Amino acid sequence: MEDAIRLTYQISPDDFTRAGEASSDVKKKLKQMGVSPEAVRKVSIAMYEGEINMVIHAKGGEIRVEITPKRILMVLDDVGPGIPDVELAMKDGYSTAPDEVRSLGFGAGMGLPNMKKYTDRMEIETKLGVGTKITMVVDI
Amino acid sequence: MTIQGLWDSGLFKHVNEGEDMDREITKPFCCDLLSIAMSKAPAGGAWVTVMGNMNTLAVAALSDTACVIMAENAHLDQTAMNKARVQGITVLETELPIFDAALKIHQLLSRDEEKL
Repeated sequence: MEDAIRLTYQISPDDFTRAGEASSDVKKKLKQMGVSPEAVRKVSIAMYEGEINMVIHAKGGEIRVEITPKRILMVLDDVGPGIPDVELAMKDGYSTAPDEVRSLGFGAGMGLPNMKKYTDRMEIETKLGVGTKITMVVDI
Repeated sequence: MTIQGLWDSGLFKHVNEGEDMDREITKPFCCDLLSIAMSKAPAGGAWVTVMGNMNTLAVAALSDTACVIMAENAHLDQTAMNKARVQGITVLETELPIFDAALKIHQLLSRDEEKL
């Protein structure tokens, strides 16, 4: 595709010290490109929530970002347990995060709802025992 | 009021001077649950919290918070401190409870508005 910038990030499981690095890098690049602050904020929030989810729940994964003049596409692809009930997982306040994650201030069951709220389109493909792929788009 | 104005107000202890000291503060914001702060922290807000781990700094950076104020004598841990330095985020501290700290910021912002 013309004028597309592609970025790829590997996400390590259980590493809270690095969680957010990929999102911060994308945020920095978008700001440098002069993308509107509102779009940058939406991408930052949605991607960080996804990144945290991958750290908490999955055995790592990959985030691919594609930036064109019209939209920012994020694909979060993890090797994890999969989501047994997507509808339930999308409910505000529903969480399966362990206690140690809650003690860090996460696990309030707002990750997926926030991702949907801050993106223009979101699609979840998940298979139990295989992994989850979340595709999100923020229009510029 | 800018971040510099809050820094110079004498109300809070200095922890880390950030990069964007001329940025205007929009309003105080109080929250200790990062999941909520992520979606609700206003851009340009002065975020008052007792959560001092490095994820606080990640959320502050990504939600475009202006600065972080650690209340109730809570401190950043060492990893969070390093993150604040690397990311250039302004961090202040106080012994005040969260509400009282936020109220002080609110009063400073209101005073500035009255001057205009």
